[in-house]
Amino acid sequence: MPGPVQSIERAAAILRLLARGSGRLGVSEIAGSLGLARGTAHGILRTLHGVGFVEQDEETGKYRLGAALLHLGTSYLDVNELRSRAINWADALAARSGEAVRIGTPLDGKVLVVHHVFRPDDTLQTLDVGALLPAHATALGKVLLAYDAGAAAALHGELEPFTRRTTTVPRELARMLAEVRDMGWAAEVEEMTVGEAGVAAPIRGQGGLVVGAMGITGAVERICGPGGRPKPTLVTGVRDAARAVSRDLGASRW
Amino acid sequence: MVERYVMAVDQGTTSTRCILFDHGGRLVSVTQREHKQHFPRPGWVEHDAMEIWRNLERIAPEAVAQAGATPDQVAALGIANQRETTVLWDRHTGRPIGHAIVWQDTRTDRLVDELAAHPLADLVRERCGLPLATYFSAPRIRWMLDNRPGLRERAERGDVLFGTMESWLIWNLTGGPEGGLHVTDVTNASRTLLMNLTTLDWDDELLAFFGVPRAMLPRIRPSTETYGPARRVLPGVRIAAALGDQQAALFGQTCFAPGEAKCTYGTGAFLLLNTGNEPVRSAHGLLTTVGYQIGSEPAVYALEGSIAITGALVQWFRDGLGIIGSAPEIETLARTVDDNGGCYIVPAFSGLFTPYWRSEARGIIVGLTSYITKGHLARAVLEATGWQTREVVDAMNADSGLALKALKVDGGMTADNLLMQFISDVLNVPVIRPMAAETVSLGAAYAAGLAVGYWPDLEGLRRNWHRAAQWLPAMDPARREVEYDNWRRAVERTFDWIKPES
Ligand SMILES: Nc1ncnc2c1ncn2[C@@H]1O[C@H](COP(=O)(O)OP(=O)(O)OP(=O)(O)O)[C@@H](O)[C@H]1O
Ligand SMILES: [Mg+2]
Repeated sequence: MPGPVQSIERAAAILRLLARGSGRLGVSEIAGSLGLARGTAHGILRTLHGVGFVEQDEETGKYRLGAALLHLGTSYLDVNELRSRAINWADALAARSGEAVRIGTPLDGKVLVVHHVFRPDDTLQTLDVGALLPAHATALGKVLLAYDAGAAAALHGELEPFTRRTTTVPRELARMLAEVRDMGWAAEVEEMTVGEAGVAAPIRGQGGLVVGAMGITGAVERICGPGGRPKPTLVTGVRDAARAVSRDLGASRW
Repeated sequence: MVERYVMAVDQGTTSTRCILFDHGGRLVSVTQREHKQHFPRPGWVEHDAMEIWRNLERIAPEAVAQAGATPDQVAALGIANQRETTVLWDRHTGRPIGHAIVWQDTRTDRLVDELAAHPLADLVRERCGLPLATYFSAPRIRWMLDNRPGLRERAERGDVLFGTMESWLIWNLTGGPEGGLHVTDVTNASRTLLMNLTTLDWDDELLAFFGVPRAMLPRIRPSTETYGPARRVLPGVRIAAALGDQQAALFGQTCFAPGEAKCTYGTGAFLLLNTGNEPVRSAHGLLTTVGYQIGSEPAVYALEGSIAITGALVQWFRDGLGIIGSAPEIETLARTVDDNGGCYIVPAFSGLFTPYWRSEARGIIVGLTSYITKGHLARAVLEATGWQTREVVDAMNADSGLALKALKVDGGMTADNLLMQFISDVLNVPVIRPMAAETVSLGAAYAAGLAVGYWPDLEGLRRNWHRAAQWLPAMDPARREVEYDNWRRAVERTFDWIKPES
């Protein structure tokens, strides 16, 4: 087993230091207190700043604990902010795919729709932002479950069936979720509504944390190819859009 | 075949954006950089034009790279810009003369009062369709010339140039001190108080009235026309359009027929109604302005309702008060309560624009009691945008004699569902967002793409327009009336705050 990671130990020491006393320290003071080279302390502080764990005073340049630390337990990205950051890419995805786009975040074992773009055919459609969707029967929900072990474990007993094709056995769902993690996207074919299908991919924030899912839904004959699987061009479109949002949110590797 | 794109540059009040669009008008890549807002004194707002240019130098190549493209795949570049913001610079060094003075800046209020007392003051509205107000460029040029020794002489010799942001950027892109083109487009020129709305040229009497030397002014060109190739940043790319950001949004919403209108919600909000080839005069405080001019075709005019502060109030809540960490959190906070608790915020930070045109008004928060929480304040922040829209729509309806049937919206604030629902509620009409939140950029791209034949005609562009979201009115009419009445009483309390110099 590898030993402790030194930079993480040092980061923890910096946070402990800032949590004491006046709570406002300059780089040199921090480096001095911990016996670190100034450059090393600075590098760690920049990284902590990037994730919101420390903040820097504009005038004095001193560091203090960041607001994000106080809200570690609550949602890390405000859902309204997620919508603002994703709106351009959601529009482009709807325009390219010709299908309705939704963005979902987890809420009490369900999917909260935080953004909805109409299918671009100018027919009458109703905005369903704020609606709750079942996680096990939607592509958005499968993505959210796949990357949140806690939420997936909370699903036990018989899952609610919506159509003949809804996955109702938790074990079977777990297998599907493993597949989602392997592929990096999820599909749903007539599992929620007969005649409809969907594709979704994860939206990641800093460090790769999944903060939401973005996907399209539409008539099964438009979403799926002859083999009954989602068309590869649509899958690519969804994944590219979700990746573009992730990049804007600071998930550099995805 | 190699894919080709059109690039839009949206030089806004708070940031500069570069966006590549494909043939379907769909966004392919986007890069953005904020610039610093300087508030050196109450009522003063400045930008560093050099910082803005450097931002563009950086983000334009990034946008091309993000799309996995090369500059030769960029068929044309169109610019949309914050309007009325005034830059003066030295033709020989390319250095700006001090900071740019931003459209929200009210330092010229005394000067405007003095000018308004002049016997020829009526000439202004007659010739250029705008009220004499601090909002527009001419008094700022005059202020700069008056406040810097020797500047007037240099301007008269043509050594110092004036421009709004598009002029500054085009001049730099086309070579700067080495032969940069000094041009502006009709829509931007129509916001200076110096352009004759009928001839679409600088008006000698207006120049004399404001004391602005002609030698410092750019040439006025149509909104879509190949001005020339870029020689810096993206060498060889044709610069083929420029429009004020609000006019660009009108274009991006494909409001090409008389009677079509849109409202863009950014730092401020601006409702523009296409009035065709006739400039229509308003009796209710709307501006008459140029909507766009395609090549050598006759200009298309617009009536405009201008609201100075909408998103900027949210920004102030974030930066000035620190109550929220990001603009969208205003919605989260507002949803923690059911109503405004009796509290109203009138953000007359730069005076009030349409329909009041009161530069001496200043912002207020009224109805404060111990009951009020930050949630109520957040509601009042969003509602201020709703009620200001209502006042502008009322003015538009009164002028046109027709009632608006639906409102097409765009801009960053349209991501706010609570706000969009509130606007629909107070207007009592559907609010519709098209499938291009970045409509300003799309309009600039459309205009540039048309100029170079990337898109054949306006009809083709119309087919790209699709509804992305719609909000329907759901407010009880009695409540709407009570709330509107409260709002108007709040507005009255902002009047006459700044006292005339005795
Ligand atoms: N979810 C939201 N709710 C309310 N206001 C918002 C939200 N998101 C952004 N804003 C506000 O919208 C504005 C940003 O919108 P946008 O990007 O269209 O403006 P902008 O282009 O920067 O404005 P300008 O062109 O005038 O510079 C900011 O003032 C911000 O406070
Ligand atoms: Mg803008």
